[in-house]
Amino acid sequence: MEIRANIPASVANIQDEIIEEFSFLGDDRESIIYYIMELGQKLPELDEKFKADENIIKGCQSKVWLTTELTGDRVIFKADSNTDVTKGLIGLLIRVLSGQTIDDILSADLYFIERIGMGQIIGSQRSNGLVAMIKQMKLYALAYKSKLS
Amino acid sequence: MSQLTEHIDSFLNAEKVRQLFPVLGQKVNGKELIYFDNAATTQKPQNVIDAISDYYAQYNANIHRGLHSLAEKATAAYENTRKTIREFIQANEVEEVIFTSGTTESINLVASAFGRKFINPGDEVIISELEHHSNIVPWQMICEEKGADLKAIPVDEKGDLDIHAFRNLLSENTKIVAINHVSNSLGTINPVKNIIEIAHQAGAVVLLDGAQASAHIDIDVKDLNCDFYAFSAHKLFGPTGVGVLYGKRDLLESMSPYQGGGEMIKEVSLEKTTYADLPYKFEAGTPNIADVVAFDEAIRFVKSLGKKENILGYERSLLDFATELLKQIPGLKIIGEANEKIGVVSFIVEGLHHFDIGMMLDAKGIAVRTGHHCTQPLMQSFGIDGTVRASFSIYNTLDEVSIFVESLKEIVEKWR
Repeated sequence: MEIRANIPASVANIQDEIIEEFSFLGDDRESIIYYIMELGQKLPELDEKFKADENIIKGCQSKVWLTTELTGDRVIFKADSNTDVTKGLIGLLIRVLSGQTIDDILSADLYFIERIGMGQIIGSQRSNGLVAMIKQMKLYALAYKSKLS
Repeated sequence: MSQLTEHIDSFLNAEKVRQLFPVLGQKVNGKELIYFDNAATTQKPQNVIDAISDYYAQYNANIHRGLHSLAEKATAAYENTRKTIREFIQANEVEEVIFTSGTTESINLVASAFGRKFINPGDEVIISELEHHSNIVPWQMICEEKGADLKAIPVDEKGDLDIHAFRNLLSENTKIVAINHVSNSLGTINPVKNIIEIAHQAGAVVLLDGAQASAHIDIDVKDLNCDFYAFSAHKLFGPTGVGVLYGKRDLLESMSPYQGGGEMIKEVSLEKTTYADLPYKFEAGTPNIADVVAFDEAIRFVKSLGKKENILGYERSLLDFATELLKQIPGLKIIGEANEKIGVVSFIVEGLHHFDIGMMLDAKGIAVRTGHHCTQPLMQSFGIDGTVRASFSIYNTLDEVSIFVESLKEIVEKWR
């Protein structure tokens, strides 16, 4: 039972939850950004020892540190950033992907990003950063997969 | 406040000037646009926008070679802008005015063509810590190629250049000093006349990066006695993709062409090419005709505002007002409080990242610049990785400054 309690809802279910949350915010850009920043502020801070250069995701304008650990076949992600908006963004990705199985992470179609109109909210520069974050998370999953096989 | 308002009314009517800029009348994210990113690029008045479409609608043709009427008209318009620019910067001759794609290309042209000719192993190039990357990287490239040394004048905590240190950096090996007239990140107006005099005494030539100065300060290349002056049209209410390089005739003549191609030749055979005279020697290929033509309208607009000192006076009033209000925000620190500044204020807020501030201001319809402003060495010298920068122009108003500061205050109170 204890193990089951740590298993998150499916990638699709969590994404649908996020889409619903954002739909309550409507079109007001300010409310959306505030919401993302609040998510960022709620994300637990990463221990200083993990804020090392080797954990920085390349391709982000802000600094984003990402660490992982493997529990069984599930990947736990932890991250931090020096800006609240970016922390909110990586927080959303963590909410969807952390605790999922390697295969689910690798096959995850992250449709929520387009559905909530993230591209327009954060602009092209940060969208590139978001792509870099997803790529890095999937790369970690791929590395675990090849290590286990 | 009333004193400030009077001061401004006596110089300029910003509300009236605003009407000439169609882009300023819009809403962004449901809020009235407040455009405070003028150091990145200024907006364009209607007469500049019209000039571009008129050119394409009425007399688009390739210039200089064509004998037909359209070509004549296009050539006349293009060369007319050159005359306007000569007068605008008080150059001796139109041949000393070269059109480029922007300040960056102007500097690259000098670094490459002057550098190839005059910089040798062991020579020195002096820049400053205040420089934009565009006035750093071209010099790094030529120094690396030639085995020369690149040195930088340090900047003090207020954002002023250390002239004493500059004197010590100069030597008989210094070939060129490349300095900005005005700092893009901090707004510092550098004592360029003094710098030029000191450099000349040491036998070095001087290039001024005038990208941030041209819209705010009178440029008189003769009075400055600079050897090269570079600036862009788009920071001066003109189109993007056009820049100017002014150079003293004897220097320009002694340099070989920067690029080869059409327009810059006299005679070409497969064995040898002779080059065109100035200024065409440095204008290879079909230039950006439409935007050069429209640049003339930008200068006409600037002239219609009256004296440059009035423009700067007005922008300084906005700066002083903003600076005074910003200083009352807890945790806010202004970066760059030089004695002489244009209307640029850079700041950081303790506990809040500049990117977050920029994004939240944007959501309120306020456009500012955030980041290192292409001056990473300068940011490093202040021990920071970026700032929020608000930069004012003649169409900005005190009301906009008030809304900006109030919005910022709200953000800081909520998130810090």
